[in-house]
Amino acid sequence: MTAIRLRINGAAVSDDVPPRLSLADFLRERRNLTGTHLGCEHGICGACTILVDGEPARSCLMLAVACDEREIITIEGFSGNRVIEALRRNFHQRHALQCGYCTPAMLITARDLILRRCAGSEREIREGLAGNICRCTGYTNIVTAIAEAAKELGRETDNA
Amino acid sequence: MKAPAVDYVRSRSLAEAVDLLAKDRGEARVIAGGQSLVAMMNLRVASPGLLIDISRLPELSTVSDDADAVTVGACVTHAAIEDGRGTDPSRGLMPRVAASLAYRAIRNRGTIGGSLALSDPAAEWPAVLTALDAEVMVCGPGGRRPIRCTEFTTGIFETNLAADEIIESVRIPKLSASARWGYLKLCRKSGEFASALAVIVGDRGRGFARVVLGAANGAPLVLHEVSRVVCENGREAIRDAIAADLDRAADRHFDEFQRNLLSVAAMRAVQQVLQ
Repeated sequence: MTAIRLRINGAAVSDDVPPRLSLADFLRERRNLTGTHLGCEHGICGACTILVDGEPARSCLMLAVACDEREIITIEGFSGNRVIEALRRNFHQRHALQCGYCTPAMLITARDLILRRCAGSEREIREGLAGNICRCTGYTNIVTAIAEAAKELGRETDNA
Repeated sequence: MKAPAVDYVRSRSLAEAVDLLAKDRGEARVIAGGQSLVAMMNLRVASPGLLIDISRLPELSTVSDDADAVTVGACVTHAAIEDGRGTDPSRGLMPRVAASLAYRAIRNRGTIGGSLALSDPAAEWPAVLTALDAEVMVCGPGGRRPIRCTEFTTGIFETNLAADEIIESVRIPKLSASARWGYLKLCRKSGEFASALAVIVGDRGRGFARVVLGAANGAPLVLHEVSRVVCENGREAIRDAIAADLDRAADRHFDEFQRNLLSVAAMRAVQQVLQ
């Protein structure tokens, strides 16, 4: 067991973890943050994507023990976030999910694409979503929802 | 699946990491971004006894710049290279390559040194850094030593890095203003490992040209004949040279499909330079 101290969704957390424990399992099983989903557990499906120190990362490919002193944001930690709110609304309105298993990580990845200005065209969005697998929708509605959210947020910035 | 039981230590300096690795020979593995190692542990194809975490050592995360070359620390991430944080010696080639590598969530954590240390035959950096004639600086109990990229990767997941050595940095010569490059990665889905990868660097200012294939059943395959004719001859001569170079690599046992993919990748990368 190794002692770690980190911040999760803004709150300070301390725990003792076995080094083999992934960040994803730590979040789900120790912190009850079950919005982080596990699919492949080897970095391909993208369902476990969260933010580490502000940047998207695979929580299945990080050990909890290596997150000592880091800042973690999971899908539960975005309430009031302007970009995530726009994405949620557009995912809802455009039916951009069916089973919803990939959705939390889709939102986190889409937010990063918008913030890095990589959501300007359908091609860019599809490229940027290559690491997040959805087996229900065929992606069309997801891409449309992200494009629309990016446009809305762009208009807000232009008017600001 | 879940990773097997393992011990973990976060080293406070490169010297400490080298000591720990020397003490725990055979059982310990160095972990930087962990984007391959943790996946391999989850799949139970790797089960190290001890992980030595070097990911937060500041001395491995710097990019420094001198007159002829840029030295990139082993723990610099693909995303940092993609975003052009730090000087780019390659006039756009390295950011382009970084952007084609896996997915952003992986690029945020995966490192250039980790990619070299693993030397997956289909990985981007071993081939691209060979084309750029880079040099890997490694650090072990006996001190530091440079290894040219052409000699660093020796086979499939095989390198000249000794069991007690850690990659410290990569020194990449600066391309001159007249240099041109081409890069082509063939894969069925964005972000996958390449089915065929070709990179060409032509730098007349430095009298240097090198064409390299990746995903070629072994270490990056330098196409010597193509490198020689690329700046002087037309398309037909280059096509013949590619065939001649692939004939010379008979020990790689390419099947017909793979040989065709590699030829196409090489030809298209070369065309990017000629156009």
